[in-house]
Amino acid sequence: MSTPEPASAPELMLDYGRGRARFALAKLRLAARSFRTGWGIFMESKVGMLALFIIIVFALMALSHPILMATVWDRETYDPVTGYAFDQVEQPAPPSLKHPLGTDPLGRDVLSQLLYSTRSEFVLGITAAVVTVGIATVVGAIAAYFGGILDSFFMRLADLIIALPAISLLIVLSALFNLNLFYLALIIGLLGGFGGTAIILKSQALTIRVKPFIEAARVAGGGHFHIIFVHIVPHLLPLSLLYMMFTVTSAIFAEAVLSFLGLLDLRMSWGIMIHTANTGGYLLGGTRYWWLIVPAGASITFLCSAFYLAGRALDEVVNPRLRRRDD
Amino acid sequence: MELRLTETQTHPEVGEDPGPLVEVSGLTKRFPVSKGFFRKPTSFIHAVDAVSFTLGRGESLGMVGESGCGKTTIGKLLVRLLDPDEGQMLYRIAEEAGDASAVSVVDPATISGKEMRDFRRNVQMIFQDPYESMNPRRTLFDIISEPLSVQKIGNLMERIERTAEMLSLVGLTPASDFLLRHPHELSGGQRQRVAIARALVIRPQFVVADEPTSMLDVSSRTGIMLLMQQLARDFGISYLYVTHDLAVARYMCDRIAVMYLGKIVELAETEELLRNPLHPYTRALLSAVPVPDPGHRRAPPDIRGDLTRSLDPPARCRFYDRCPIATDNCLNSPHPETEEKSPGHLVACYEA
Amino acid sequence: MITGPVLKVDDLSLTYQIRQGEVRAVQDVSFELARGQSLGLVGESGCGKSSVANCLMGLLPDNARVTRGQVILEGHDLLQLNEEELRKYRWRRIAMVFQAAMNVLDPVYRVGQQIVEAIEAHGFDLSDAEARERVADLFRRVGLEPQLMDRYPHEFSGGMRQRAVIAMALSCDPSVIIADEPTTALDVIIQDRILRELKSIQNDRDMAVIYITHDIAVVAEVTDLVAVMYAGRLVELGPTAEVLGSPLHPYTSGLMSSFPSVSGEKRPLTVLSGEPPNLVNPPSGCPFHPRCESATEQCRSEFPPRALRNDHWAACWHPLDKTNSTAG
Repeated sequence: MSTPEPASAPELMLDYGRGRARFALAKLRLAARSFRTGWGIFMESKVGMLALFIIIVFALMALSHPILMATVWDRETYDPVTGYAFDQVEQPAPPSLKHPLGTDPLGRDVLSQLLYSTRSEFVLGITAAVVTVGIATVVGAIAAYFGGILDSFFMRLADLIIALPAISLLIVLSALFNLNLFYLALIIGLLGGFGGTAIILKSQALTIRVKPFIEAARVAGGGHFHIIFVHIVPHLLPLSLLYMMFTVTSAIFAEAVLSFLGLLDLRMSWGIMIHTANTGGYLLGGTRYWWLIVPAGASITFLCSAFYLAGRALDEVVNPRLRRRDD
Repeated sequence: MELRLTETQTHPEVGEDPGPLVEVSGLTKRFPVSKGFFRKPTSFIHAVDAVSFTLGRGESLGMVGESGCGKTTIGKLLVRLLDPDEGQMLYRIAEEAGDASAVSVVDPATISGKEMRDFRRNVQMIFQDPYESMNPRRTLFDIISEPLSVQKIGNLMERIERTAEMLSLVGLTPASDFLLRHPHELSGGQRQRVAIARALVIRPQFVVADEPTSMLDVSSRTGIMLLMQQLARDFGISYLYVTHDLAVARYMCDRIAVMYLGKIVELAETEELLRNPLHPYTRALLSAVPVPDPGHRRAPPDIRGDLTRSLDPPARCRFYDRCPIATDNCLNSPHPETEEKSPGHLVACYEA
Repeated sequence: MITGPVLKVDDLSLTYQIRQGEVRAVQDVSFELARGQSLGLVGESGCGKSSVANCLMGLLPDNARVTRGQVILEGHDLLQLNEEELRKYRWRRIAMVFQAAMNVLDPVYRVGQQIVEAIEAHGFDLSDAEARERVADLFRRVGLEPQLMDRYPHEFSGGMRQRAVIAMALSCDPSVIIADEPTTALDVIIQDRILRELKSIQNDRDMAVIYITHDIAVVAEVTDLVAVMYAGRLVELGPTAEVLGSPLHPYTSGLMSSFPSVSGEKRPLTVLSGEPPNLVNPPSGCPFHPRCESATEQCRSEFPPRALRNDHWAACWHPLDKTNSTAG
């Protein structure tokens, strides 16, 4: 390396002849490559693949309901809320060919209810997760970056939220207000976002905040906004993704509990299905009326654990320390 | 601001002398040390204590000393990564790069907003750690062009060209192979080249280099040293070169300032300082540097005790406890003022 | 008293298995060391010098495999010993001063206690008073106040910690000490003191010391022999004054002339261009040929034989003449 010659402009124009689009394409390819690497590690995790399989099965179930309603199921019989199985003499009816999971005490098709609810569970879980993690990431990054009063304020707020028992709070709120799915998702999101998740993401942000590349960005002339969103937040995203998964689990679980207690204003959900069985006294009947409880209960269990396990598998992707050592 | 590619800068025209590029006087930074919870800080580490020096246009000044002497703190104060407690730093930044006839005078400690952005355009820093000073998620293009993009200089294509040009200048060729690589794909020496490219992409007039070679292997170290010298010459950049290694400072710096516990104890032209060290600490430091010549026999450095921290230091000379030539006068007097013993050779010692 | 070399490394080759393939970290390394002698193992990071040290200590990671060679310490081949037998040799016969002194000392135990444990773990049965006396003695030998033995590592400065680690290495009175970059993280004044102490301990105890470092100046000052490693191979070996005074191998000469010095005339520095090779897929022939100015077709195809001069050799097809050596 003696006398470095500046690269000539024509040579560069040749390389980046198509300019912006070509550069963007190259960056995209780079992103695809790092995604493939991460995906490769995720695929090595059996638990992760199982979780992904379960989530896909539920997603297909959610998709199948509108299709079935539009094709083979007629609205009078199969509507999850207003339908009635006139073909059955006694309600609840056990599984039959027309009603593979039987009917509920009000004569409604259980399978239709189950499939219909799946969509709401996804909407609820994902909304709550996005709200939680969106807030927690920004709050965590801001608290860690600025420190001082902002940090104290957000951390005391988080302590306060953690100290409140979430389910009891939700019960009180749902008794006071008419909670629908969207508001429930929002409240769960706010509680998580300003609560424990914010503390976890802040401690991660603190480890980033002291890195020399943050100082380098300041010397380059980067403002607070630039440093927070270009340098700190991207390092929080893997952890954020992880906590999204865990939030989905807790949101679905919270919905089930509140619906079971009959406190939510929803058309139909897994929790409401069990609630219906309970108010008719069928929960006490042991396994005789299993189709009233098992499909909804198992769905709650499977979907919750699938998101949790997906989170654990993602943890391995984003957290190299947990990986098997082979390099 | 428009882009000027491959500009060659000429030496400032001889004319009215606007004064040195950087003039530091009485610069002081103390770090509080608090004991226990909620208690007010009771002690202070005097990291930089009433330090004064000047740095000329195109000059390279070495800040040399042992760990904890405050040399890195001075560097960070000068680029305003830290705010000083006392003192002044006056920059005379040429309005037109390379033409020192019209300068604007700023003290980075007192400015913000647009003035701060202008300051950042002219003063940059190269960091010690080539591994931690780059965001591992960003490509070399993102890293090198960051000063341009945050200061909204040029459009994307111009920034790509300028980044590629810098990559070639620092010897990472062909540049198009490196633009979209990540730092972890490079060796330590190559990363430090990227760090240099990032600092110089915006064509600053002054760069603080904080031990840029201390974490590198022998062979890549020399390459970085020569590259920095060459680019400083080509672009007319002034350096503050922070290092613990006198041998490196000898090659990189026109003048060397030796620091001990927050104070500059000696400052002179490089060869003058090495040949004729006046302060007992400089002498000890010099005689402790191993020499790569098997025939050479070195006397042990004349210094007592171990390095301490500058935690609430007493008023007397900072070097008193370790000094081989200290007298009662040194014990009872305040820390000595710097004196010019011979032209350009400053020493802070009663006995020198 | 054993006559002949205390340590003899013969044709040592070892590889690491990684995802990308096999790294040939050390190839055909041979050297011997007599009592009271010191050897500097010099090279850039990744040249295999630390792998040699870890192999001598029997501390190789799981993915490493010794493919060839012998390490004979006082007449016993260390590579033939099982873990149990090796434990008797490690620390008692051959000890190591590690690079990262902070990681060696456990922060929750007192420094003296850790040295006592090291002594007792190696078969010495001592009473409390004897143990304290022994540690105090070791502390005095490395220039630490004996009363510091009841302090915790975080109360020590970097230099004190490095001294404590040296004391630990000396605790079982080994015949060979390996010092892996013992002073790299330290300031020059402390470095000077520690090197002087190591030197005087070496003379007092008639120990053999291997310094592993990339700092040629340190090697020039403290060692009797120098072995220069490049890309896993020894490329030059001989008495320090000869190797550094008139290097035969262009790599050694390149290292020398890229090394700045505070004393003497200020000579221009030259740069070894290029980067060290990738050891998964090393270059053919002489591994240094891609960076060598005088490389020929022969260098590209065949690994060079040893070129001898006096007691010193280099693996090079075109060894440098004494006259055109550029070393200062």
